[in-house]
Amino acid sequence: MAMAEQEIPLGEDPAPYHEEAHDPRRRDFINIAAVSFAGVGAVAIVLPLINQMNPSADVLALSTTEIDISKIAPGQAIKASFRKQPLFVRNLTPKEIAEADAVPLGDLRDPQTLEERTKAGKKNWLITLGVCTHLGCVPLGAGEGENKGPFGGYFCPCHGSAYDTAARIRQGPAPKNLTVPDYTFNSDTVVTVG
Amino acid sequence: MSFPWAKHYEPKQPLMRWMDEKLPLPRLVYNAIGAGYPVPRNLNYFWNFGVLAGLALVVQIVTGVVLAMHYAANAGVAFGSVESIMRDVNAGWFLRYAHANGASMFLAVVYIHIGRGLYYGSYKAPREMVWLLGVVIFLLMMATAFMGYVLPWGQMSFWGAQVITGFFSAIPLVGETIRVWLLGGFAPDNAALNRFFSLHYLLPFVIAGVIILHIWALHIPGSNNPTGVDVKGEQDTVPFHPYYTAKDGVGVGAFFLVFAFFVFFSPNLLGHPDNYIEANPLSTPAHIVPEWYFLPFYAILKSFTADFILPAKLWGVLAMFGSILLLFFLPWLDSSPVRSANYRPTYRWFLAVLLIDVLVLGYVGGAEATARNVMMGQIAAGYYFAHFLIILPLVSAAERPRPLPNSITEAVLAKHGGTSPAQTAMAS
Amino acid sequence: MVRLISLLVGAGFVFVLALALFFTAKDAIQNPAPHTAEHAFHQHPENIHLSSAGFFGKFDREQVQRGFQVYKEVCAACHSLKYVAFRDLQKIGYSEAEVKAIANQWVIEQPSVNPETGEVATRKNLPSDHFPSPFANEVAARAANNNALPPDLSLMTKAREDGSNYVHALLMGYRDQPAELLREFPDAKTPDGLHYNPYFANLNIAMPPPITSDGQVTYTDGTKATKDQMARDVAAFLTWTAEPNLEARHAAGVAAIIFLLIFVYLTWGAYQNVWRNVKH
Repeated sequence: MAMAEQEIPLGEDPAPYHEEAHDPRRRDFINIAAVSFAGVGAVAIVLPLINQMNPSADVLALSTTEIDISKIAPGQAIKASFRKQPLFVRNLTPKEIAEADAVPLGDLRDPQTLEERTKAGKKNWLITLGVCTHLGCVPLGAGEGENKGPFGGYFCPCHGSAYDTAARIRQGPAPKNLTVPDYTFNSDTVVTVG
Repeated sequence: MSFPWAKHYEPKQPLMRWMDEKLPLPRLVYNAIGAGYPVPRNLNYFWNFGVLAGLALVVQIVTGVVLAMHYAANAGVAFGSVESIMRDVNAGWFLRYAHANGASMFLAVVYIHIGRGLYYGSYKAPREMVWLLGVVIFLLMMATAFMGYVLPWGQMSFWGAQVITGFFSAIPLVGETIRVWLLGGFAPDNAALNRFFSLHYLLPFVIAGVIILHIWALHIPGSNNPTGVDVKGEQDTVPFHPYYTAKDGVGVGAFFLVFAFFVFFSPNLLGHPDNYIEANPLSTPAHIVPEWYFLPFYAILKSFTADFILPAKLWGVLAMFGSILLLFFLPWLDSSPVRSANYRPTYRWFLAVLLIDVLVLGYVGGAEATARNVMMGQIAAGYYFAHFLIILPLVSAAERPRPLPNSITEAVLAKHGGTSPAQTAMAS
Repeated sequence: MVRLISLLVGAGFVFVLALALFFTAKDAIQNPAPHTAEHAFHQHPENIHLSSAGFFGKFDREQVQRGFQVYKEVCAACHSLKYVAFRDLQKIGYSEAEVKAIANQWVIEQPSVNPETGEVATRKNLPSDHFPSPFANEVAARAANNNALPPDLSLMTKAREDGSNYVHALLMGYRDQPAELLREFPDAKTPDGLHYNPYFANLNIAMPPPITSDGQVTYTDGTKATKDQMARDVAAFLTWTAEPNLEARHAAGVAAIIFLLIFVYLTWGAYQNVWRNVKH
């Protein structure tokens, strides 16, 4: 401040702010600091405005679902609901398991064995999301009498993706196998998904 | 825009020059709230409140749009959806408290802004249109605030809607038809709640539009100032940016400090406990009161208790609307050539009485209707009308104003100890 | 012209108000407002100084848990808590497994349908469920409670003036009607089926005294369950149910205020810097 005052020639009024030459490193530090602080505050305010769009606590609380599988006979499947998405629970027959195991991994678009897609000792229980990995339609094949497609698993009617008995993609535009969610067997008859 | 010495926008970078040719938006901003708008150099902190009101509107629109992503305008679930915002939505409590208290902040800022206009004569020629548009904004704000208060569907929401739509039933012959039309039913319910939500979302954008007209109309004569004396030359003004942007920065900080105190430490202080009880059409709260910002008008409504030609209820409703509508005529009721009440020795006393009067009305509006309170309200309401409709026209004709400074600069220099003829006038 | 009309309109309003003032005054002299028992005997709650009160208040988790126990064993028989979910209990210090057990063992079950027959049924509560209402609907609640409706308690401490203190005062406020009240207001005798309580707005509350004896609840943390202690604890619990985000709010508030104070200091400095050579 003292320096700045010395620069003003004697006998003249100091120039108003908008007409004087500025040394950004000294005098205007306080202006820059104030504006920067305002920027920090604006960012801090934006965070909750963005975060509010994330799933709320009541939605997250529904993220586990218990399913009773005791009534599903071999060869049958049920549609359950998991996080408001369809979930297929299928009790595979020995023939279907054999069909799945017979496919060479090299033929698969998304190579995975049936073992990798089921729990140890529960190879007959195939639990997947009922959401086609192409664009999200619900494939057919879980309901009684529905078209299971050329590979005996699931068939998506939207764009013709066909899944085999291990719900792996075999034909059509879908890039991936049907997703296997996290789940655990609570007992032989109850599964917790999520 | 307004004065010949206003700085001209001269884009230096090629991109800005290109932009200026295609869409001169930066030029518009520069001339409106940038260095291109010369503003009197002597504005005091009361001149911060216009910018703060605009800021409060932005806060309300941003938090409101976000809350609307979670709110459900259905009488069966509205209250529960607000509770789910408060409990389950990420930062939902913050957004809702900010919106609820933001409404109070907005109204408080606007009341100070109006008070400043009254004291410094900002409603007078050549700024009548600025004032008229301001009153329109105020009316729109009141409608928006009322409809917003209905949305949580608590007891005060419901009974507030019942009482306020009941005003219209005071209109002879068609009143009841109008009330039923407004509500879409015989009592507030889904239909009313849904249309209030729709309009509560719409009106803030209408307000934003009228604010643009308000600022446009202001920029034609330029800003008033505490002396009320016209700008005479370049020495009387400074560019809006950086001078008033810097000063508004301080105001914005202070505004948010007060706002944060309410949101974080006493978010329900300005609310009413009954609004945490879900709406119940079969049970009226013991004591229905509107939000604090409507209390003076509610007191005027309640003060008309005697039938005289017209029924008391109709008088009350006429007076309540009249108390706001009379502001439209203010520029023509006040014939004094002097703007600032600093130089109007008689009128400023009446303005001080008006301030106390409105505070008394506010107290009466929220207080129990005992005989003492009702009588207090009747006297205060009488002064309110007398002030604007009788005292102001008479005083402005009779009063002898103090000598005005010759210019803004002279007044400023006198304040800082310079020698000028106006110095004595300022000091007395 | 405008001024002439305004004088007339103004005189009109003032005249009608003067008329109203005259009649109000006349009426007040002829029929003075009756002195009522509610006016003379209503009491305001005493401050119980909960740890959550004040700008930096935090919940006392042990106390809130004790209050939850009182709610569970005393209040829950009649009062719902419908905006609170079992999962929320994790925020007052219960583990996930404990919450699951509390939900599973909750006496009132969650309304549901029988998955086989579609008939109305109930099922065990899950952590994601809200607390079930003890009554199927308002009619059932009134039928079971002498035509009085036990209010939902989720927001009780925000829905009453000075709510946290009010809950405690109300629970401790049951007593016999004072003799001087009956002497002064012979018509104000508490009707049958109601209970005198000076903290209740109209002095006569339908709820029978819920907390009746010391040791009504056995606290697992060893706190002595006096009547006053139970009333305090349940007031603390209901303060939490009404405002579960209070701690986050206070913490964010302190940060916001500190930030803003620095911001105001900096903008003030910038303002002084910009204006330093301009008199104003």
